[in-house]
Amino acid sequence: MATKASRSSARLMIAPAVILLLGWMIIPLAMTLYFSFLRYNLLQPGDNPFVGWENYYWFFTDPSFSAAMWNTLVLVGGVLTITTLGGICFALLLDRPMFGQGIIRIMVIAPFFVMPTVSGLVWKNMFMNPVNGIFGKIASGLGFQPIDFFGQYPMASIIFIVSWMWLPFATLILLTALQSLDQEQLEAAEMDGANWLNRFWYMMLPHLGRAITVVILIQTIFLLSIFAEILVTTNGGPGVATTNLTYLIYVSSLLQFDVGIGSAGGVVAIILANIVAFFLMRMIGKNLDA
Amino acid sequence: MARAVTNKTKVWNTVTSGTLGFLMFFPILWILVLSFKTEEDAIRAPLEVLFASDWTMDSFAAVQARSDYFKHFMNSVIISVGSTLVGLLIAIPAAWAMAFVPAKRTKDVLMWMLSTKMLPPVGVLIPIYLIFRDLGILDSRIGLTFVLMMINLPIIIWMLYTYFKEIPGEILEAARMDGASLREEVIYVLTPMAIPGMASTVLLCIILAWNEAFWTLNLTAANAAPLTAFIASYSSPEGLFYAKLSAASIMAIAPILIMGWFSQKQLVRGLTFGAVK
Amino acid sequence: MSIKKALLTTAVGFGLSAGIAANAMAEEITIATVNNADMITMQELAPAWEEATGNTINWVVLEENVLRQRTTTDIATGGGSFDIMFIGAYETPIWGAKGWLTPLNDFAEDADYDLEDVFPLVRNGLSADGNLYALPLYSETSFTFYRTDLFEAAGIEAPTSQPTYEEFAEMAAKLHDPENGIYGTCQRGKAGWGENMAFVGTVANAFGADWFDMDWNPQLDSPEWNAAVTYYVDLMTNSGPPGASANGHNENRALFKDGKCATWVDATSAAGDVRNPETSSVADTTDFFQAPQQVTDKGTGWFWSWALAIPASSQKTDTAKEFLKWATSKEYFEAVGEAKGWVAVPSGTRKSVEEDARRLEAAPFAETIVEAILSVNPADPTRDPVPYTGVQFVAIPEFQGIGNYVGQQVAAALAGQSTVEEALANSQKFAVREMTKAGYIK
Repeated sequence: MATKASRSSARLMIAPAVILLLGWMIIPLAMTLYFSFLRYNLLQPGDNPFVGWENYYWFFTDPSFSAAMWNTLVLVGGVLTITTLGGICFALLLDRPMFGQGIIRIMVIAPFFVMPTVSGLVWKNMFMNPVNGIFGKIASGLGFQPIDFFGQYPMASIIFIVSWMWLPFATLILLTALQSLDQEQLEAAEMDGANWLNRFWYMMLPHLGRAITVVILIQTIFLLSIFAEILVTTNGGPGVATTNLTYLIYVSSLLQFDVGIGSAGGVVAIILANIVAFFLMRMIGKNLDA
Repeated sequence: MARAVTNKTKVWNTVTSGTLGFLMFFPILWILVLSFKTEEDAIRAPLEVLFASDWTMDSFAAVQARSDYFKHFMNSVIISVGSTLVGLLIAIPAAWAMAFVPAKRTKDVLMWMLSTKMLPPVGVLIPIYLIFRDLGILDSRIGLTFVLMMINLPIIIWMLYTYFKEIPGEILEAARMDGASLREEVIYVLTPMAIPGMASTVLLCIILAWNEAFWTLNLTAANAAPLTAFIASYSSPEGLFYAKLSAASIMAIAPILIMGWFSQKQLVRGLTFGAVK
Repeated sequence: MSIKKALLTTAVGFGLSAGIAANAMAEEITIATVNNADMITMQELAPAWEEATGNTINWVVLEENVLRQRTTTDIATGGGSFDIMFIGAYETPIWGAKGWLTPLNDFAEDADYDLEDVFPLVRNGLSADGNLYALPLYSETSFTFYRTDLFEAAGIEAPTSQPTYEEFAEMAAKLHDPENGIYGTCQRGKAGWGENMAFVGTVANAFGADWFDMDWNPQLDSPEWNAAVTYYVDLMTNSGPPGASANGHNENRALFKDGKCATWVDATSAAGDVRNPETSSVADTTDFFQAPQQVTDKGTGWFWSWALAIPASSQKTDTAKEFLKWATSKEYFEAVGEAKGWVAVPSGTRKSVEEDARRLEAAPFAETIVEAILSVNPADPTRDPVPYTGVQFVAIPEFQGIGNYVGQQVAAALAGQSTVEEALANSQKFAVREMTKAGYIK
């Protein structure tokens, strides 16, 4: 149905968005790429000579690099697992008939509205602090040794905090998807003697497929660059236990002010993100077309 | 025919889900409680905090005395609403074109747009900082609005695209037959049908922009600093600070929380990203 | 006041840069500061200056690490977002030498200001190449805070001369009573060159360790470092509070003021706050002794000052200078004394303030502090000769990165995530890398 005229006007309509995004991507990317080949430390202003691949060498041989890769994977994987599985459970629970569904739903989604800095600070101080935090108080009240969350289980604590924020998001999307499922079909299946597990496995889960992919895609985009929660709680530590790739680049470029190495890290992260994006897109593209 | 549900099941469902909701909500509830306590009371045992101490507004006063809440609040509002509206202005035509005049590459373009969101912001902070310095828009609302708009643009386009695609093409064609111009078609036919979707897009983007803490903190000093900067000074002050931190936190999240609550129906209805057919 | 407000509103309303306001009489300056008690006091008193001069101040209050990162980014790129920055004894000479700060030599000619009154040690620490680049608000060394009541209850004599770290560990172990919420000692554990490494650095000095040898080779794998860090980890594991690896100066100060710690080796500048009955529950039961020594007494107390500086990129140097003059003047300290009590006056910078009878009466420990500060020699901080100055830091730009990394590793060892050996081996590797990168060593 698209005529030639409408096609060219369509181009015109997409153009501003494409040009802006292209500029937003290309200009800093080009500068980052350029910086990544310079010896460029903000603390040592000078002529910033061209040094070839030296910055990449330093970045890849950084003892924290492999740990950061691994941590990124664990963090993203951990939060995705918790939020997807938890989201399905929450959605199933909230989909049942009950009193005050509106209020309960509001309480469940509320954490999604909290800024990451606030949630990091609140969990760190009011809850997980072993001396004055509420968990510590309860533990010592019951006669147990309080747990030093950020010292003993730093990564698990971060995953927990991040999941608290993203679980509501997953729940929301999955709940909406679940509510669009044809009730009559479900009831028919029940009449035919399918038990709950069967109905869940053969009817609900396939129906949720698209929603689950969407949850995974959107969350991955945000989780790859988790930063604020780490900054306000553990500062990437102890050691490098919670340093993800984003945080490692932050350390190089904004704590050591080595723009050259930070840029090399940025380029590496961009390439990795694009690889992830590529696979995710294929997956989701296939799923969304169906 | 809807299945009959006994009241007993309903009560049971309410209790289990209610417990769940309460647990998820508890941290927010708790800082709300602490924000009305004195510093000394805020670190007492949980039951003592609730039942054996007085309530006071002192912490709010102390926070306000240290930094002007209203100024940060206005910055947050202007930046998050502004970036969302400008983003919408750019995204609507693009999403329209992609949804109704799809080309071979449309899907790729869309996916590429989304992939720009994966760029780690720390990697490009210094280039952006230098550009902003040369343009003289460091610590300005315009600069921040632009950055947040760019960050959210892919999400806006994608969400709108999925809503537009759900609108049956026949309706548009009928409008066209009646002699509606492209502009009229977008304004009078398409937009009204897409209002629910747009509402949830706007809400989600305002939330995301409101909570964005990397760019807002690094590109501002005093003039354009939003609430994320307001909260940044409470991360480890000397002495007891739980009550003040709670008060500041409540002040920073309350506006968006309240907005989210009032508009949750709209938000929920549209927040599907095309996941529901 | 209302004219100023109106001016401000219109300028902001039109989205104009603040440069416009420069043409008007009153100026608006932006100050980046850290969120600690002395700075917050300054913020509370500043309206008096605003009223007197008609200028307005925008305060940007940040946590120390964030502040450092923001100010460094801004000053190194010439961003010009700030007119005044709170910076420390580490940054000032380095930034000054690079021409990033406005020299403040003209204060020497100002008889009212009386720069000679500021201790020479502090002035020198804030100078580079003979130019003064920052004006101090307070200076500090480290010493031991202890609880007289707990010492008495445990039957321990407080040391009258400098104890050794070994003796200190014994005391801490005896005082440790976690069941009753009393920890033998609270020390910094939060990673960062200005956090845990400030304390660990002085312990290392006491154990005879140093950061670099005369050829700038990192020495972190030396047996002295191992002894020092092992001591630190053991001390904290045996007698420290839970979650110590997350506690920085501020967290420990809160714990100590809340009566949870029996001992605490930290900044003298916290003494006023801890001994202030209005802000502390242990004001009457806290006293002080020197920070311990071990194989040497060199470099066992650190040296630091927080000061105000004007970035070279500021457009409003004159107004900024005016504020600096007010905020570090004798009158300012007097104003703090009147408003907050003389015990809370920022300490360790001005001779006249430290000798003021009101100060001595309210803070009988002031003399001890000044003595301790003046006894520090940043130019000779270690047992063996070293090529650098600085007690708990090394005054080179690269130190920030190295110190942070080592701090992270030490924190990992403290949290039990790695052994001391691993932590120091990693640190050494990292330090060698950084020094090679920077061209100090081949």
